[in-house]
Amino acid sequence: MDPTDLTLHEAAEAMRGGGISSREYTAACLERVRRVDPVFGAFVEVYGEEALEAAVAADRRRAAGEPGGALAGVPVAVKDNICAAGRRAGCASKILDGFVAPYDATAVERLRAAGAIILGRTNMDEFAMGSSTETSSRGVTRNPWDPERVPGGSSGGSAAAVAAREVPAALGTDTGGSIRQPAALCGVAGLKPTYGRVSRFGLVAFASSLDQIGPIARSVRDLALLLEVIGGHDGRDSTSAEGSPRGLAGGLDRGIEGLRVGVPEEFFAAGVDGEVRASVEASVGRMRDLGAAVVGVRLPHTPYAVATYYIVATAEASSNLARYDGVQYGLRAADPRDLPDLYERTRAEGLGPEVKRRIMLGTYVLSAGYHDAYYLKALKVRTLMRRDFEEAFGRCDVIATPTAPTAAFALGEKTADPLTMYLSDICTISASLAGIPAISVPCGFTAAGLPVGLQLMARPFEEGTLLRAAHAYEQATDWHRRRPPDPAPARGGGV
Amino acid sequence: MSDPSAAAYEAVIGLEVHVHLKTRSKVFCGCPASFGAPPNTNVCPVCLGLPGSLPVLNEAALRSALLAGLMLGCRIAPFSKFDRKNYFYPDLPKNYQISQYDLPLCAGGGLEIEADGRRRRIGITRVHLEEDAGRLVHTEGGAGGSGVDFNRTGVPLLEIVSEPELRGPEEAVAYLKELRRTLRYIGVSDCDMEKGSLRCDANVSIRPRGAAALGVKVEVKNMNSFRAVGKALAHEIERQARALAEGERIARETRLWEAEAGVTRPMRGKEEAHDYRYFPDPDLVPVVPAAALVEELRASLPEPPLRRRDRFADRYGLPAYDAEVLTAERETADYFEACVAAGAEPKAASNLIMGEMLRLLKEAGIPIREAKVAPAGIAELTRLVAAGEVSGTAAKEVFAEMFAAGRGAEEIVRARGLAQLSDEGELERVVGEVLRANPQSAADYRAGKAKALGFIVGRVMKATKGRANPGLVNKILKKALG
Amino acid sequence: MTIGRDEVEHVARLARLRLTDEERERFTAQLAAILDYVRKLNEIDTAGVEPTAHVLPLRNVTRPDEVRPSLEREGVLRLAPRADDGFIMVPRVIE
Repeated sequence: MDPTDLTLHEAAEAMRGGGISSREYTAACLERVRRVDPVFGAFVEVYGEEALEAAVAADRRRAAGEPGGALAGVPVAVKDNICAAGRRAGCASKILDGFVAPYDATAVERLRAAGAIILGRTNMDEFAMGSSTETSSRGVTRNPWDPERVPGGSSGGSAAAVAAREVPAALGTDTGGSIRQPAALCGVAGLKPTYGRVSRFGLVAFASSLDQIGPIARSVRDLALLLEVIGGHDGRDSTSAEGSPRGLAGGLDRGIEGLRVGVPEEFFAAGVDGEVRASVEASVGRMRDLGAAVVGVRLPHTPYAVATYYIVATAEASSNLARYDGVQYGLRAADPRDLPDLYERTRAEGLGPEVKRRIMLGTYVLSAGYHDAYYLKALKVRTLMRRDFEEAFGRCDVIATPTAPTAAFALGEKTADPLTMYLSDICTISASLAGIPAISVPCGFTAAGLPVGLQLMARPFEEGTLLRAAHAYEQATDWHRRRPPDPAPARGGGV
Repeated sequence: MSDPSAAAYEAVIGLEVHVHLKTRSKVFCGCPASFGAPPNTNVCPVCLGLPGSLPVLNEAALRSALLAGLMLGCRIAPFSKFDRKNYFYPDLPKNYQISQYDLPLCAGGGLEIEADGRRRRIGITRVHLEEDAGRLVHTEGGAGGSGVDFNRTGVPLLEIVSEPELRGPEEAVAYLKELRRTLRYIGVSDCDMEKGSLRCDANVSIRPRGAAALGVKVEVKNMNSFRAVGKALAHEIERQARALAEGERIARETRLWEAEAGVTRPMRGKEEAHDYRYFPDPDLVPVVPAAALVEELRASLPEPPLRRRDRFADRYGLPAYDAEVLTAERETADYFEACVAAGAEPKAASNLIMGEMLRLLKEAGIPIREAKVAPAGIAELTRLVAAGEVSGTAAKEVFAEMFAAGRGAEEIVRARGLAQLSDEGELERVVGEVLRANPQSAADYRAGKAKALGFIVGRVMKATKGRANPGLVNKILKKALG
Repeated sequence: MTIGRDEVEHVARLARLRLTDEERERFTAQLAAILDYVRKLNEIDTAGVEPTAHVLPLRNVTRPDEVRPSLEREGVLRLAPRADDGFIMVPRVIE
């Protein structure tokens, strides 16, 4: 068996049981990266030698009988917008050229504490703004199921790397669907935790009231394991919730007998592809077969989610990204004439068109005369969307919807029209605005052989319920075991 | 205001004061909030606004802000939050300042001031907490640029905005000084203008005397001392009055005070259309001050300095000047009251503290709490003087010794033989000797030269090493020469 | 209420973004389309609805007033495009 087919928990167990060493496993991952990443472009940087050294050290510690953490010796990739001390954090943007993070994000610190090996950083849409990983300044990432298609975004690099067996798991970040949508399009599992569950310290902000770090992997159990490691209160993030997620992996096998699965008709409306709809409906049927009760619920403000999101997220982004001005770090335009010239030229040269567009939109909706009509209005609609969920969760325990309205679309298909691209987040944005946990798991394939994702959402901090439901479904199906075809060798060199 | 045109106008001034809160660490990170470190050494990812960093509110800064608000008679907001004020400037690492916009921590207070002998209450619109920006250093020469030092970035800053109720430079300065005294009373800030821990901008407009409508508001910045505030405002009022008298219009602008030239001039930098795009900072959660905390802080408030000054005059019968000096700093006032509580006669204690004590403290460069003289010592010394056991002259010497060595008054008097000589027999003997030795002076006095008496007293004092009881000496002399 | 070229230019100035003529044209059209789309929020009656700035009901999150280690200055200056004598340098700022 190819060791890269092992899931995260399988790899960790195999290492504990002596079936494979960390060095062997890490080397296999690196070999896989070397072979397929020139085609997929999932990574922007691979820490090859250091990862192998860390693997050897992990093996040595294990041989010496030292107690290792839950992820001892297991490689994990990290999205390019999460800081790791001494490493570049580039957000796939030119403007952060040369920026080396002087500190670890809390999530990275906790991965390290659990013994994980950071294999490299993964590609993304620039500053996580995008749904296809095409806005990266580091080139596109391709979908392992069809290299002419996008992997989704913004965590497209993390999802593609996991799908292509380059690494068993990766951290992504999700602001409006950036973990779930690429997970769906790449046929892997992805979890956006409750807002406040995972510390944002060290996550380069896009929209602070929405951003969450979360795991992408090839099994729900892996997601549970990773959330237990990276989740929990952090005093360095004022918006970090109290308490820690415990016993998630242990509670996975309790089944879904009696669990109420809500199906909101608004998520199956026009715009959702017929094949996607059929797959999701079939998976809801499967959950009923497993003992769940399926109930209809209403989320009436769903049609307003995208509009609300693109006001709130861009407003916050316009302020969060103001710091990239060429003064303290990163890119500075050559020979600035004066200070305004330094600011305007650095930002003009360093930021890509999608980022500029969102900064413009966010600046506009906060500006004098428009603040109330756009920004404040959106905050109020956000309240109504939260209430929708509160009411729906009075009638059900999880809500099932498609993760994305379509399977992976072709590279370049939506880049010309930003609004069309924004609408590909239509199914994931509501959970982001409400701050509730949501997961995407593979639930079928289109006739063209592209994966389809099932999204499940739950009440705040009920990741346990969410993971249990997703796990029950996953164990009853084998979509997650399918492996994308190996790519034809790429022309040109490796990473 | 020498210009006659100025008399036709009335000034309307509001002050926006920023003070550094005296915390150990910065308002949103753990860097030291201290002053004077080498450039860019008190900095971390948070105050540098590095990608991925997040602010967490300093509990002590919040307490201090609430305490200041209560001391200034404000209402404490039941719900307050932090907002981002967005603008680009190189001393602002994130290009937004964490501040408070529509829901400040404290609002609706006031401060009683005294100017030109009159008392007035000046309204305080709001008090809010924010982060300070860094410091720009401008280098000279063609190749020069501006250097940025981020040490000050994130130092907790309290913004205190007055109502536009100040009617002239004197009132403005009185308000500032009273504010400084008041904030120092609660120990939340040093309010040292020279070190930049108190900064003041003014909004100045003028209107025809008696008019209700306000004139065009000009913002005056760069006033670095109380004197500068007084001079800059006087100049600005005069400038506006002249301009109006000559039929010009006042431009709504920001002007900088140029201390050396003694004028205000418009800021040269391009005046950007200000649009700060305030919105709630999503990285910080709302502040809902607990009622118990507010009550605890309220209970801890000291008597305000001006009220204490009045009480010192009333209760201890002190002259207005004494009351003002003694209440200028809370520690001095506390010390004085401790002396009185220990049994000191108030005016005698006041004389000792205002005279010897404050002078010696200044020379030693120490605060009163570090003085070796306990209030009981002052009480003891004043009792010895009142009982005639130590002369006023000798008392100064005794006090100097108490201050230097921390010994008790009676001990010093005994050890150094400074007890006042009040033994009539002994004094009569000394007086007899002095008169015998200076017959001419005695004769002069008898001949009507009153001045001669002083000379004789001086001789008696010298013979007794200053210990003779002056009243008794006078009485004996007059009898002997009479 | 649609966005014009002048407004786009004003917003670009607020955001310190220098736009090419081509970008200005393109952004004007795209922002107009996006704003037209987001105005669908006006269909909703939000009278009396409180805005949601934070989804979590967290309040009064503070840290004790304790000094923590700062960064090494050399590291801070190394990140900067231009530094001199302990300062991070920018073109001369005019007040």
